Formats: sequence, C-alpha cells, structure tokens
Amino acid sequence: MALYSEKVMDHFRNPRNIGVIEDADGIGEVGNAKCGDIMKIYLKIENDIIADVKFETFGCGSAIASSSMATELIKGKPVAEALKLTNKAVVEALDGLPDYKMHCSVLAEEAIRSALDDYYQKNPEKKPEQ
Amino acid sequence: MQTDNRQIYVDNAATTKMSRTAIDAMLPYMDKIYGNPSSLHSVGQRANEALAGARERVAKLLGCEPREITFTSGGSEADNQAIVSAARLGARKGKKHIISTAFEHHAVLHTLDALKKEGFEITLLDVHEWGIITAEEVAAAIRPDTCLVTVVYANNEIGTIQPIAEIGAVCKEKGVLFHTDAVQAVGHLHINVKEQNIDMLSLSAHKFHGPKGVGVLYARKGIALTNIIYGGAQERGKRAGTENIPGIMGMTAAMEEACANIDANAEKLIYLRDKLIAGLSAIPHSILNGDAKSRLPGNVNFCFEGIEGESLLLLLDDKGICASSGSACTSGSLDPSHVLLAIGRVHDIAHGSLRLSLCEENTEEEIDYVIKSVEEVVTYLRSISPIWRDLVTGKKQFIIK
Repeated sequence: MALYSEKVMDHFRNPRNIGVIEDADGIGEVGNAKCGDIMKIYLKIENDIIADVKFETFGCGSAIASSSMATELIKGKPVAEALKLTNKAVVEALDGLPDYKMHCSVLAEEAIRSALDDYYQKNPEKKPEQ
Repeated sequence: MQTDNRQIYVDNAATTKMSRTAIDAMLPYMDKIYGNPSSLHSVGQRANEALAGARERVAKLLGCEPREITFTSGGSEADNQAIVSAARLGARKGKKHIISTAFEHHAVLHTLDALKKEGFEITLLDVHEWGIITAEEVAAAIRPDTCLVTVVYANNEIGTIQPIAEIGAVCKEKGVLFHTDAVQAVGHLHINVKEQNIDMLSLSAHKFHGPKGVGVLYARKGIALTNIIYGGAQERGKRAGTENIPGIMGMTAAMEEACANIDANAEKLIYLRDKLIAGLSAIPHSILNGDAKSRLPGNVNFCFEGIEGESLLLLLDDKGICASSGSACTSGSLDPSHVLLAIGRVHDIAHGSLRLSLCEENTEEEIDYVIKSVEEVVTYLRSISPIWRDLVTGKKQFIIK
C-alpha cells in the first residue's frame, strides 16, 4: 500500500493554484517552521466571490496536497461557502489521508479561515452578522 | 510518475540489497540442511556444525573467541541485551550510572529510558556540532558508580565515527564496561574488539548486504549476559529460540565478503561521497551534517533551508532516487530527528534534511544524476515555500549562510 492516495500524489506533484497574489484582499498564514508545516493563502475577492486564490506551502506531501485541494474547493465559490470549508471536506476530496497526517488538512482549513479573517479585518462592512 | 525506469538506491544505511554470495550461502539451509541444530539426527547435526562454523568465522572477523558470539535477531536485540546485562551486573554492585551519547540509535536510547524508570541515572554526552565525542569527555563523565559506557561506533544518520579504541582504553583503565552499537560500522570499517578494548558490540547483518532479522552480540568472556528471551538452551542458554541458520549463514558470508573488501570499497565510496558532498554544497543555504572527514565512507547528510524533507523524498522518488530524511513527517512525530537536534540544528533546519547513504555498487554517473536531481527538487520546493520567500525578501534571516 502506498503512503498516499493517487489524489494526494496528484495534488502534491501538480499543485493547483500555487503562487502569490500581489494585491490580495486577504492573506492567511498558519503553522510554524518548528513543526515543519507552514501554509500561506492569498485571496482575491470580488462581489463576495473567491475570484482567485493562490497558496505557498512549506511542508510534507500531504501538507502541499491539502493546501492545493483546499484552494480548489473554494475557488469561484461565494465567500459564505468558503467560510464553511472543513478539514473533513479536504480529506474526503483527497480520498483520505493517513491518521498522523490529519493535522495537514486542519491546517488547510485554518489557513483559508485566517485569510478570510484578514479580508474581514480589512473590510469590516463585509463581515456577516454573527 | 517516474521519468524513466532508473532506480538509484542511496539508502544503504536503512538497509542494503543482499549480495549474491549471501543468498547462495543461505539457500542450502532452507531445503537441504534444514535441521534443528538441537536435534540429534544427522540433518540436525549438520546444521549444528554449520552454526559452529559460522560462529568461528564471525569471531575471527571481530577478533574474538567463538564462545563470545551470541546470535540474535538483529542489532536492536543485541543493543537491548548488552545494555540490560551491564545494568544488572552494575546494580548488583550498587552501580547504577550509565554514560552514553545524545545521538544513539533508539534501540539504545529507549533501553536507557526504560532503565531510567528503574532508577538508573543516565548521562548523555553532548556530541558537538561535528558529531564526535572524545575519550577525555567520557573519562570526565565516569563516576565511581558508573557501570557502563555505551557509544555508537558510527552514527546511523550523519555517519560520524567515534574514537572507539580511545574510549575503550579509558573504560578499561577505569574498570567500566564498554559497549558499542556498531551496526553501521561492521563490514565498512576495520574492527578488532580486543585491540580496541571493546567489551560488548552489536551488529546487524542487513547493513552489509546480509539478510534482515539476524545480528550478533559480542560479549567478552566473563561478562554474564542477562536473558531477554527465555526458553531453550540455545546460545549457551542466553538467547532462547531455534537458531536462524539460513540467516546466520547468509550473515556470515556477507560479513566475510564485506570485511575482505573494506579498503577497496572505502576508496571507491569516499571518492563518490566527497563528490556528492561537493555537489550538494554548491546549493545555496545548504549545510553538511557531521564532520566531513571522520564519517562513514558512504554517508552524506545535508540540511537545506526553506524546505521540508518528506516532500523532498517523494519528489526524489519520482526521479527514481531512494533516500531518507530526518524530518518529523518521516518519523510520524512532530519532532525532527534527535540526531540533528543533538548536533545543534534548530527544528526549522532539521526538517529539511536528506540522508544519502551509498554502497559500492553506486556509480559516478548516478552521483551526478543525484546532485542534479536534488538541486532541481530543492529549487522547486523553495519556489513554493513561504519560508523561502520570507528569507529571500529579507523578512527573515537565513540560518544557513
């Protein structure tokens, strides 16, 4: 049995949405180098839609694949939907992750959340009623 | 996803390909001389003769007596038994202090952890940035209640070779038992337990082209071993279980072959190793782990700033290169290799490590390909790394200059 599913390896080898958005509306960075995983997400938001998303990741195969998949899952979606992205959805879309790699998917969820928080901080009027 | 069918195996510190000599030496003991050495009939007795012969041959290679050889299931068992035996002997005299190093194999460190819970006091010597301790440091750490010094002969990750004969001399002078985990050294370095004053030594067959699941504990005559496995009277009653005759025969043949070729192999390997070190050193912000000269002929270990080891390994595997890393992700824990931490590499750097361990079958052309591939993969991973971006834009300071 291989360490990772074909989906994970595909997203690891050919990560989608890799890169930087220079004039991003929201940027989120989570994780730390000490633990060996850092994810950075850049969002471009237009009319409450995730018009574009890019990421950079320092980390293992599943960290790179998780960030790639997470960006795919929110790209072109309404912000309200992106806010609801869970690590479970990322794991399912990747056809599973080994147990000890689950934290990578959690990190991806947190990275998206953190980028959206940054967007709301910059655009408080957009923040939905709690 | 491999670009061609090339496979370059540079993970020989993990395990080696069995040599044809070793395989051929094993085969007759699977379907012809398959008897139990404890049986009285002729098939059993022929196996028993083979066992005795193997014991003599292994003893000769280590420079000891056949009765000082105990066959085990491998290096971990030998390490466990050596340390526990010394601890029991020490405890009887009220001596419950053990000296070791911070970068031992887990077979040693975890055995020491278990003894610590029993009330033993453990001193782990600092191994310095270059990964080598001195006999003087051992001498200074020895106390009246020290019962054992256990030091790895050559480190399994960074390959640094310890001054074993000097440490042996110090231990002999102070009357303290000396064990060395020589799993990475046997078959690669010249060893003579008597000349080097080694009281106990562990080795494992699969590190020198022998089979997996078999090893040796050498224990100097007069050192009473404590059983780890109870049962029958095999191995002078010190290690129960029907002897793994095919494994022992394969190990013995592999060990003879490796020991006969130590100098020729070392000459070739050191050339390839140093070429590889020079090639990888040219990658910016990379650093060799461990002393450049006093290291195993086939060991290369680097840290590359701004990247993580597991993704490096996976992409190298795609290029047909089998290597290993000390990153946390390859160990299943959050901490990177204790060996890299012991030589002072900070977590951020230790995660980006790569170990390439060569064998005499590797070619210069393969080394060139490995250098080119590592450079490509490191460059790519840096290009998608947020840490690397922070480093090159000056938001963070480089740790490796």
